[in-house]
Amino acid sequence: MSDHSSEANSHGSVKSYLTGFIWSVILTGIPFWMVMTEAFDKGPTYITIVILAVIQIFVHLKYFLHLNFSEQGKLDTYSFIFAAVIIVMVVALSVWIIYASNAMMM
Amino acid sequence: MSTTHMNTHDAHDEHHDHDPAPYNVFGFWLYLMTDCLLFASVFATYAVLFMNTAGGVSGKEIFELDFVLVETAALLLSSITYGFAMICAHNKNKKGTLSWLLMTFALGAVFIAMEIYEFHHLIVHGNGPQTSAFLTAFFTLVGTHGLHVTAGLIWMFIMLIEVAKTGLGSRTVTRLSCLSLFWHFLDVVWICVFTVVYLMGAI
Repeated sequence: MSDHSSEANSHGSVKSYLTGFIWSVILTGIPFWMVMTEAFDKGPTYITIVILAVIQIFVHLKYFLHLNFSEQGKLDTYSFIFAAVIIVMVVALSVWIIYASNAMMM
Repeated sequence: MSTTHMNTHDAHDEHHDHDPAPYNVFGFWLYLMTDCLLFASVFATYAVLFMNTAGGVSGKEIFELDFVLVETAALLLSSITYGFAMICAHNKNKKGTLSWLLMTFALGAVFIAMEIYEFHHLIVHGNGPQTSAFLTAFFTLVGTHGLHVTAGLIWMFIMLIEVAKTGLGSRTVTRLSCLSLFWHFLDVVWICVFTVVYLMGAI
């Protein structure tokens, strides 16, 4: 990576797009296969597909959206991290509040 | 820091139109981050409501995973074809850019056509968005993503005309870069959609 100029980094190359694509095919294929064949119990399947989805999001961020910590790109990355924190708060806290109040009314 | 940076550029390069480009693309990236929050709220709504089927169908009964797999494949392929279009655009290869963009457009159109078919199929079988809270949340979440993809397709169509007519000037490449972010961003949202809605719903 370090021998590329920052110019090449921010646009990606054929090789980096192909790497990202192959990773995302694998990371999409495994969860679909797991759910469609019902090869595993529900619990492990849930955990695995969530972990694979998170890995795939990072693959896309790196190879397709070209997020990095270079001088040029770090503002993009920091704004994404900020958005990610807000997203986790919005989604996780909503789910927590609603399910907790639901449990109390049971 | 960035203010002084911008000022020196303004002073030096009034005739060149390529310098604002990184700021334009960064501004568009900030818009996408706010769009993330829109999707986050819709996902939160879905997570809260998906069990409230009001005696109607649940996800397990209506989701056809092989269908969703083809949709996902179309969107994934369109991501890499757009990447190749961007590489051609940076190399000033107009013909390559146009053909990769056209391929991306076709794959995006396949995705949207399949989604419209799925929605239509659900509605004619009495599982429209008014049936239950689950289906309302489902149509809102998947439909919001679908509307974004449709907007991306319209934008791509306009870019095809622009590239064909004016070639690959720096302004055009900047616009293509923004659309690139938009398109790949929608792919990331789709990862969350197929995992949370379709796969988790079908387990």
